Amino acid sequence: MAGKKVVSLVEMALGEGGFVVGFAGGHGVARRLEAMGVRVGRPIIKKSQGFLRGPLTIQIGGTQIGLGHGMAHKVLVEVER
Amino acid sequence: MKKILLMGNPNVGKSAFFARLTGVEVITSNYPGTTVEYTRGYTLIANEKYEVIDVPGTYTLDPTCKAEEIACEMLKEVTKKIVQTGDVIINVVDATNLERNLYLTMELMERPIPVIVALNMYDETRHRGIEIDIDKLKDWLHVPVVPTVAVTGEGFIKLSTEIFKACAPRVRSHSTDERLLDVGKLVKDVQRIHYRRHTWLDRLEEMSIHHLTGLPIAALVAFVSFFVIRQIGEGLIDYLLKPAFEAFYTPLLMKLSGWMGGAGFWHDMLVGHLINGRVDYMQSFGLLSTAIYIELVAVLPYIIAFYLVLGILEDSGYLPRLAVLMDNLLHRIGLHGFAIVPTLLAFGCNVPGIMATRILESKRERFIASTLISIGVPCAALQAMIIGVLGRYGGGPIAIVYGTLFVSWLIIGFILNRLLPGFSPELLMEIPPYRFPPLRLLARKLWWRIKAFLKEALPVVMLGVVVVNLLYFVGFFNVLTVFFAPVIHGLLGLPQEAAAAVMIGFLRKDVAVGLLLPLNLTVKQLIVGCTLLAMFFPCVATFAVLFRELGWKDMLKSTMIMVFFALLAGAALNLIL
Repeated sequence: MAGKKVVSLVEMALGEGGFVVGFAGGHGVARRLEAMGVRVGRPIIKKSQGFLRGPLTIQIGGTQIGLGHGMAHKVLVEVER
Repeated sequence: MKKILLMGNPNVGKSAFFARLTGVEVITSNYPGTTVEYTRGYTLIANEKYEVIDVPGTYTLDPTCKAEEIACEMLKEVTKKIVQTGDVIINVVDATNLERNLYLTMELMERPIPVIVALNMYDETRHRGIEIDIDKLKDWLHVPVVPTVAVTGEGFIKLSTEIFKACAPRVRSHSTDERLLDVGKLVKDVQRIHYRRHTWLDRLEEMSIHHLTGLPIAALVAFVSFFVIRQIGEGLIDYLLKPAFEAFYTPLLMKLSGWMGGAGFWHDMLVGHLINGRVDYMQSFGLLSTAIYIELVAVLPYIIAFYLVLGILEDSGYLPRLAVLMDNLLHRIGLHGFAIVPTLLAFGCNVPGIMATRILESKRERFIASTLISIGVPCAALQAMIIGVLGRYGGGPIAIVYGTLFVSWLIIGFILNRLLPGFSPELLMEIPPYRFPPLRLLARKLWWRIKAFLKEALPVVMLGVVVVNLLYFVGFFNVLTVFFAPVIHGLLGLPQEAAAAVMIGFLRKDVAVGLLLPLNLTVKQLIVGCTLLAMFFPCVATFAVLFRELGWKDMLKSTMIMVFFALLAGAALNLIL
């Protein structure tokens, strides 16, 4: 049954898309991400994930961004599951 | 004089823009953070001379790293004097990434400085299926907007007329959320994106950061890079420079030698000691023999080969992907993935490598990265000499030197990460699309780097050779060698005369390796000597940049770490081999 679910970037599947809905804690991190284009309401796709809590990459608009595992935990995304 | 400031996000082509406006030689690449300090140049617009400043890229005016701090400081300085000077900001915007770029534009709008927006990389919008309504954007922003392509010069004539219409809209100060909201609305209004098919470049982009295919691709890239560098370097030496030198230069030098009587102080200073009645370029140690030969024949080919390959890697956009792949490993030694970029630059020369550590966020990271570069990353000149000296014994000895450097780099990084207070911040970086390196830019960049090498290295090498000759002449080395004999001979198993090489290593490492040759060392001693020279004191130029970037306290700390681990590694090799 398809429904909407909020997960972190880490929990997204490779290649899955969704919409950014917020940031869990880390005000400074949120500001830096927002400045780079990771903002609430924008569509986001997970492009790669690393081994062993390695960094992952996302696509948002025309930009690809690589970010650490801990940061990725803080980005909340609404996905169709 | 009026100033023009180039400001914008990282990797939007500000440096290419700057080079186009001023003709000043600046390095451009396809990764964020190439420019870490501001560069000045001059340009003529309508017969008036302007000072142009290439400011490091920044996403916002709230700085998050040292390079961004520099950008904000620059802006503040200009803002203070704006009324009487009439300075202008060219906000360079990546036209393929409006949504992200316009946030900074919004922030600039709130400052009382005239702004003109350059929609750079405009050519890429077409094949990315992006359509921008420039007139609408102009109306929204209330400042001139000009599409440009800095790499080819498209749009620059229009820019030079529109720049006089630059104005400060002086909108009221907004909150971050308000600005983000405005950007969202604006982009929706002026930009349309058409569906576009996946190209094979997109495919390659995905594969090179995928967790299964990424590392094999990285290994392949590393292997091919080393192979190409070695082939070009050796090829140039064996088939071009060495034969040419022997055929044309040696007879001239021998004529000079005969004319000067074949011996004496001035003869030995200029031509060097004759060995079996002939000039031996690696051992004679004259200004016109060894100094010239080391730089032009032994080292220059590797400089050319290295910077050619580095240039291609830089401009293609591969390095940020390598940073993502290396992030895990580098976290173990207190850094994050992006530190791979300064480290790679340092393989050419440690000085730009250490400068590039400014892109790292914390002082702790910059200390670790700079120290590790000085210890574990040999510059191209030193590597060329190591390969030249050890290459005749096959790949094994070279592998031992590089292996020792790599293991030391890992272990020291691991220890520093444990000992230093604080933590390593997480990776957060933009990954640019793959681009074909523009050949003209690639060639120009290579030429500048070779020129810079010759200009900076050759005089120091000459000085090194003069110093060596003088110190031998006055007998200083005899005192020095006896004094350091317990360490050099006792601990490291080198003949005590090697102390001279270690000391000259402070001036230039390539000359220092050259000084090891006349000592008739065994392979083992050569391995210890090369490793010691690589890890010990950095050369004077690196010292200067360490001092500037870290301050004298941290520089001393870093130096002590180097000396300790260089001796430790040297002694260990002496015991094991």
